[in-house]
Amino acid sequence: MKNETIVERTADRELVVRRTFNGPAHVVFDAWTKPELLKRWWAPKSFGVTLFECESDLRVGGTYRYAFGRDPGKPEVFSGRYLEVRPPSRLVLTQLYERMRDAGEAIVTATFEESQGRTLLVLHQLFPSKEALEGALAFGMENGMRVTLDQLDELVAASQHTA
Amino acid sequence: MNAETLAALGEPNRLRIVELLRAGPRPVNDIRGRLGLRQSQVSQHLKVLKDVGLVEIEPRAQQRFYRLRARPLKQLHKWLDRYRHIWEERFEQLDEIVEELKGKEKSDAAGKDK
Repeated sequence: MKNETIVERTADRELVVRRTFNGPAHVVFDAWTKPELLKRWWAPKSFGVTLFECESDLRVGGTYRYAFGRDPGKPEVFSGRYLEVRPPSRLVLTQLYERMRDAGEAIVTATFEESQGRTLLVLHQLFPSKEALEGALAFGMENGMRVTLDQLDELVAASQHTA
Repeated sequence: MNAETLAALGEPNRLRIVELLRAGPRPVNDIRGRLGLRQSQVSQHLKVLKDVGLVEIEPRAQQRFYRLRARPLKQLHKWLDRYRHIWEERFEQLDEIVEELKGKEKSDAAGKDK
């Protein structure tokens, strides 16, 4: 049985991802914060990417850095610092996608809510702008994507009629 | 859906043309009139849209109607869904680690009981 992954755009520059895990919060929190564990799950394998480097100084004000991609010589980098660290239930961090440094930092809030041995992860991502959010959705795509999601939604709706 | 198609839609007037064609096929003159563009501009945009496969030509009597092609738009939907798939795949990988850590805690606890 697969637990469902829900992605919602709750505001112009906010995305929320929800997923339940069949284990206690401290376990999910560890998997989320320990580099040796992150290296094993964070990079989606079917995209052919690997998390080459993962450094994390898990304390308020501490920094982290994830370098990933296909070619270790040309990694993509996410970096930032921890704003709140409350194991095993809450983590707030800033996130900069270094290739799009000018777009500014996102604020990511992860909450781990345990109930009857299972844990609901809610990942709030507040992007610096609407464009930055759309950039994140276009992750891995070529640059130059300027169609807004609203427009895409409409086009998708239209395609149902023209099928 | 590829980068070329997305780039084609990235031009505001081309996107307006695509939105207009959602209602059904239209001739060039009609598109020009509704969008207030010059004939040459419209022709240029339609050529780009046709080259990437977003529109096709349907001859009707003496006129050429431009019609939206559904397939690339369906691909767009897939592209939108991809972000969710990235997380889904990560989470499935994370599930394995959760199982492993749970198992480890269990055996550690059993070890302590001895």
